[in-house]
Amino acid sequence: MSTVAHENNHHDDHHHEESFVSKYIFSQDHKMIGKQFLMTAVFMGVVAMMLSIFFRIQLAWPGEESTFLNTFLGDNWAPGGIMKENMYLGLVTIHGTIMVFFLLTGGLSGTFSNLLIPLQLGARDMASGFLNMLSYWFFFISTILMFASLFVYDGGVFGIQFGDAAAPLAEHTAWDGSGPAMSGWTIYPPLSGLPNAEQGSGLGMTLWLFSMGIFIASSLLGSLNYIVTVINLRTKGMKMTRMPLTIWAFFVTAILGVLSFPVLFSAVLLLIMDRMAGTSFYLSDIIVQGEMLANHGGSPLLYQHLFWFLGHPEVYIVLLPALGLSSEIIATNSRKPIFGYKAMIGSILAIGFLSFIVWGHHMFVTGMNPFLGSVFVFTTLLIAIPSAVKVFNYLTTLWKGSLVLTPAMMFAIGLVSTFITGGVTGIILADSALDIAIHDTYFVVAHFHIVMGMSAVFGMFGGVYHWFPKMFGRMMNTRLGYVHFWITIIGAYGVFFPMHFVGLAGAPRRYYDYTVYQEFDQGTYDMIMDLNVIVTFFAIFAAVGQILFLFNFFYSIFRGPKAPQNPWRSNTLEWTTPVEHVHGNWPGDLPTVHRWPYDYSKPGAEEDFIPQTVPLAEGEEEH
Amino acid sequence: MEKLIILIVLVTGVIALAQLVRVYELSSKLKDRGEHDITDRDNHLNAKLMLGFMAFQFLGFIYLMLKYGWTGRGEAASLQGIETDWLLNLNFIIVIIVFFITNFLLFFFSYKYVRKPGIKATYYSHNNKLEAIWTIVPAIVLAVIIILGLRSWNSITSGPTKESVRIELFAKQFDWTARYSGENNKLGKYDYKLTNEGDNPLALMTTKSIESARVETEKAIKSLEDELKLVQLDHLASGYMNLISSSVYKEQIEAEYNSALEKEYNLIEVEEAFKHKYADAKDLKGHVDVVIEEPNAETQKIMDRLEDKLIVKGRILRSIAQMQQSYDSKYDLYAWDDIIQTDTLYLAKGTEYEMSFRSKDVIHSAYFPHFRAQMNVVPGMPTRFKFTPSLTTKEMQKKKADSKFNFVLMCNKICGTAHYKMKMIVVVLTPAEFKEWEKTKKEKTFKDTYAAGETEEPANSETNI
Repeated sequence: MSTVAHENNHHDDHHHEESFVSKYIFSQDHKMIGKQFLMTAVFMGVVAMMLSIFFRIQLAWPGEESTFLNTFLGDNWAPGGIMKENMYLGLVTIHGTIMVFFLLTGGLSGTFSNLLIPLQLGARDMASGFLNMLSYWFFFISTILMFASLFVYDGGVFGIQFGDAAAPLAEHTAWDGSGPAMSGWTIYPPLSGLPNAEQGSGLGMTLWLFSMGIFIASSLLGSLNYIVTVINLRTKGMKMTRMPLTIWAFFVTAILGVLSFPVLFSAVLLLIMDRMAGTSFYLSDIIVQGEMLANHGGSPLLYQHLFWFLGHPEVYIVLLPALGLSSEIIATNSRKPIFGYKAMIGSILAIGFLSFIVWGHHMFVTGMNPFLGSVFVFTTLLIAIPSAVKVFNYLTTLWKGSLVLTPAMMFAIGLVSTFITGGVTGIILADSALDIAIHDTYFVVAHFHIVMGMSAVFGMFGGVYHWFPKMFGRMMNTRLGYVHFWITIIGAYGVFFPMHFVGLAGAPRRYYDYTVYQEFDQGTYDMIMDLNVIVTFFAIFAAVGQILFLFNFFYSIFRGPKAPQNPWRSNTLEWTTPVEHVHGNWPGDLPTVHRWPYDYSKPGAEEDFIPQTVPLAEGEEEH
Repeated sequence: MEKLIILIVLVTGVIALAQLVRVYELSSKLKDRGEHDITDRDNHLNAKLMLGFMAFQFLGFIYLMLKYGWTGRGEAASLQGIETDWLLNLNFIIVIIVFFITNFLLFFFSYKYVRKPGIKATYYSHNNKLEAIWTIVPAIVLAVIIILGLRSWNSITSGPTKESVRIELFAKQFDWTARYSGENNKLGKYDYKLTNEGDNPLALMTTKSIESARVETEKAIKSLEDELKLVQLDHLASGYMNLISSSVYKEQIEAEYNSALEKEYNLIEVEEAFKHKYADAKDLKGHVDVVIEEPNAETQKIMDRLEDKLIVKGRILRSIAQMQQSYDSKYDLYAWDDIIQTDTLYLAKGTEYEMSFRSKDVIHSAYFPHFRAQMNVVPGMPTRFKFTPSLTTKEMQKKKADSKFNFVLMCNKICGTAHYKMKMIVVVLTPAEFKEWEKTKKEKTFKDTYAAGETEEPANSETNI
């Protein structure tokens, strides 16, 4: 483990090196583990964002030599500055995987569930500090494997040879191959199941699968811990109906994770068996690279069902924590109670439940029985109802508030906007008859990037700006935060809004190059290329803007002004703990809770906020 | 180069901005203002920017719609496409209204209700009536969307009629092959095990092709066995060679080895012969036991791979034998009149096509953007879809004012390196033109092409049967 520990120091907690004696690295303190998750996620987020810039450059200027690409991808993958087709697919695949799993699942839920669950519930720590620590270290190992898979070349990685460097594609085994996994982040077999189907289906895919297996273990350990903590470790007076919406969101997220990730694990396991043990779970009647296989009776659709049984709840595993964080941020900074607290809980529960019975909408055109498709149309469109309730409740919370536009608040407002914009296109995609023509086009890419990607990223940024004083005891620079917000939201819309039009024009996703369109439809080609260039400009703009955040983040950890006890004048319990972290969170007794967390601007009160620890005044009604 | 300059400009711009912000921070320190105290100036500036952003968002959207003509997708060229386009437009209108209203409210509220001195927020925690309204109204709208959507879905995915013309699309890395069902409008049966790249790339099932596949597989097994024996023999011979120092014996072993090759690698016989020789040789070198070293890793790998291949071929041979037993030769007629088309897919306007899809290797997706039709092509699982072209290529060329325009079939499921190049041009003709084209294909049925393949190597197939 010592090498791993060293790696961690090196990659993530670089700036903490001196104070990070080994006992802090293998910390069992939930606050430290939350920070470890955040650091790892920031690192992975930067990597995945860079990958997206590389392939955006390829899409906007196909076939043009770029010293930028050559510098980063090297002569193997961008000889003469022109990206290889293989690597394009590899970049797309790893970008998606990192963003969905490592940044928005591990990073978002891992960071804020860990930080906030004990603090907002009034607990000394998680139910099991040890499992919590294991959860982080499994996450870390899976991060290393996934990151390493980017460097696979000729059957080896980082100079360690696993497979046969010279093996021709037709004779590839699971240990040969060049480059990371290249079958898209959903890794549909048989493309991913047959090592000789393409370069990336060898060692790169093996690493992907192992990484994902370990990631799932991490996620399960974390989620179980969160659930047990929420159920058992609430402080005196903290009834379920007095929990902040953040906790409700983390709680339901953890339940979704526990129920759905094991299914992905089985999908991954069966795929590993197909690749390495000659089974036929997903393989049937195949001739690949001229080789006739005897596998018969398996079904590629089985994989898709298993994958999306996780895959759809996964969307809400990503999204719910962001919605939870933004609920808290919006209420605090509107100086108003969140509107419809119980309806918000109800919609979180409804979304959580429905998310388990909608996965088939990813499979309308897979050849699945059309009747089954119509059932999924129905259940999918039902999700729009609790989502709409959430949006309207956010709007009403803002209405007649006294808004303090902190950077966190702005990101939370941005989240509501992207949640709307991405959500409404979901209504079109959920309609199977309409999905036929736009399935797997850029319309889908635009939709999920806005509704899931951007919303969750905005939620995460909001969370970091809002709870930074709690995490590091210092304040982030507000004005840099503003600039960062404006660049990010303009970038987000500039990137993903035109993509809808690219998709409606019929451009399939995961295409290395659209010049093929010139052969049959010059008009559409011109449109796609015009928009691709615009999108890439905005992507570069937004990516460069993130430097502001990174600068602000790392600078403020060390040099930021010291945080006051309760900077945002918030009601929740975490702001009653001392600014300097202590083990066990509260130096004395645990606080007692007397009211819900949303007593902002309550008539009759002197201040415009009443912390949860303040007893009800005589004759005062609880909300 | 341009890009580099743009990047540099962007980077320096951001850095300059950062510097500017640092100056602001220093000045706020002087004023003894904490980072958490948001000044009214900042608050109001950002509130106004919220409205500005809303304008950017809305105007950008309207600009894109004006520039590309509503959704930018052009006219649908199939009856089913016309129906779904109507539905899509309706849905678009609904969601665009929601998009504008809710985004407007969001940014307007963010602007209007920004903190003002002396005005306290209104304590307003819930209103059941209001919440019921915005649960029920979306529910009703969604009900309409669901009902209309499922109505279209059911009609599009309903089964073929008697008049539907059957075509099969066969996908492999990285191209498409079409198979017309010929005069009887019945597609011949197929089985991937009958694939023969020479005369039967689509693995069509006829009495002849089954027999030839059986023979081919037996041949393949034989040659694999021979190959394996050769490797084993080489290993054995070199093993004995290493044990024996005398060149006389070496020569004898070499002779044995060569005669073994002639005797079709009868390993047992050869080994006996070797041992016999070795018995004499032993006296010379004083060995007691015959120990041939284990094959080295490379040889072992080759042997394992050959053995694996043999197992696979054995299984395939067994199922071909089963197929041969259960096959009814009346199905031959289904296959013989099929027409295989590899470059362009010709269709007739107004004809309903029942397309079935088959993949040779990985999942592909048959995507006809202009017909608004799409279906995945899944190995081991036949899929289907139907549509009726409603515009000919020429009509579409006129509408698009582009004489080079063509309909296309693209692959829309990631299938490997050249995924983006996997396409087939589709030409829609008038029914009369289509009949003309069909005539040119009369003499090019599967039977004709298969027979052509047969006459090339008649000697081979006879001797093997």
